[in-house]
Amino acid sequence: MKKYSVFAIAREAIRSHKGWEEQWSSPEPKKEYDVIIVGAGGHGLATAYYLANVHGITNVAVLEKGWLGGGNTGRNTTIIRSNYLYDESAGIYDHALKLWDGLSQELNYNVMYSPRGVMMLAHNVHDIQVLKRHVHANRLNGIDNEWLTPEQAKAFCPPLNTSKDARYPVVGAALQRRGGTARHDAVAWGYARGASARGVHIIQNCEVTGVKRAPNGAVMGVDTTRGFIGAKKVGVVAAGHSSVIMNMAGVRMPLESYPLQALVSEPVKPVVPCVVMSNTVHAYISQSDKGELVIGAGTDQYVSYSQTGGLHILQHTLDAICEMFPIFTRMKMLRSWGGIVDVTPDRSPILAKTPVPGLYVNCGWGTGGFKATPGSGHVFAHTIARDDPHPINAPFTIERFRTGRLIDEAAAAAVAH
Amino acid sequence: MLLIRCPYCEEERPELEFRNAGEAHIARSADIAGDSDDDFEKFFFIRSNPKGIIYERWRHIHGCARFFNAVRDTITDKFVMTYKAGEPKPSKLPNNSNDVVAK
Repeated sequence: MKKYSVFAIAREAIRSHKGWEEQWSSPEPKKEYDVIIVGAGGHGLATAYYLANVHGITNVAVLEKGWLGGGNTGRNTTIIRSNYLYDESAGIYDHALKLWDGLSQELNYNVMYSPRGVMMLAHNVHDIQVLKRHVHANRLNGIDNEWLTPEQAKAFCPPLNTSKDARYPVVGAALQRRGGTARHDAVAWGYARGASARGVHIIQNCEVTGVKRAPNGAVMGVDTTRGFIGAKKVGVVAAGHSSVIMNMAGVRMPLESYPLQALVSEPVKPVVPCVVMSNTVHAYISQSDKGELVIGAGTDQYVSYSQTGGLHILQHTLDAICEMFPIFTRMKMLRSWGGIVDVTPDRSPILAKTPVPGLYVNCGWGTGGFKATPGSGHVFAHTIARDDPHPINAPFTIERFRTGRLIDEAAAAAVAH
Repeated sequence: MLLIRCPYCEEERPELEFRNAGEAHIARSADIAGDSDDDFEKFFFIRSNPKGIIYERWRHIHGCARFFNAVRDTITDKFVMTYKAGEPKPSKLPNNSNDVVAK
């Protein structure tokens, strides 16, 4: 792997940019690997990267049915924060946030992590109570989160409508300054490049069609559209399709898959300096470095794998955006799209060993997995390499739905997750 | 937005009138307190989440307000049929749905 640097740019400028090498190789699949990761999204590629980089396991294949980063990694609204209520969630999301800081240097790839601040709005007494509880819980866990008055919120984000006669007036806000955004594609590409350089095989257009198990129940490998590929360890990181893959191994999951939509506006000059979220009117917005407003909507109400959703869901979100930011009422929206998110009953992820020996699963990130990408990959690689969870992901088992030891961010995080 | 046929109103109405109520034909145990943890997990948390034909409940909340069941393809979001609550899970789907069942 040739290092990217200012000197490399200068060198290639002289050579008419003919010396750039492919960022990752596309080898033919081998017959057998030590570890197979199903799904080349951010979490899967990060897992492969940390398997190679931290645990020295380089005989790894990442299988992807479509193209790299073409699922939810390329479809989310790129928001990063760690202000979750419960200790377990705070642990894993803040582990990720600490890795975001310095990720570009580690990967030698600009993931454009921008800690521009995530501001969550309160519109009524209940919101104030909930958000202040978050602020206090976060500070006890060593996570920055602070309470803002409406005037301070307006100063932090000038286009915000804080007038008292708004239908849902802003009565306060919680601000996590370390929160922000990153370039989602670059995260997938950076991890892919780092993993590939360490010997990991990234195999695109290779759909897993079955999971083979030995007579003793252990995993032997996977059937794919490019033939059988053997491995003693298989990690399923397939987002909305995780339950489909797990069913192939005979494991039924506490998951349901829903469409989640997002949209972007025409590009404009810098106007939104931070991320603004409101759970009550349900909208979240930030501005990409290209100038597009990036807006996240809610999920549709029914199970679907269609990667599309109802227009009324987008309308509902835009109603809220126009309420919060009246200056955007005449903006044109350029594109909208949907992704399929796998949601657990308690809205917390599952990163765990499964009842099948050699089969591991990293799923259930629901509507908010992007922010956790580095932390998720880091602890999941540990789980696969050691056949034992990292202390950070130890609470995120499948068995919690039998024991009742839930991590109930459904109530804690409300809808915007 | 989906168009959904309510089997009670016998009319196709926009999705906005309806509320999805999750997977259908999950029977609640008569003695729920006596269920084992395994059985309770299956009843309460585990879902089939199929890619293809799903049997699900809907409620015509802004109409007749009644619950009913539907068969839908989760790849195309097209409804195969709807039927009244309490009716058994259809063992055979209508012929015009062959194209979706084949998946």
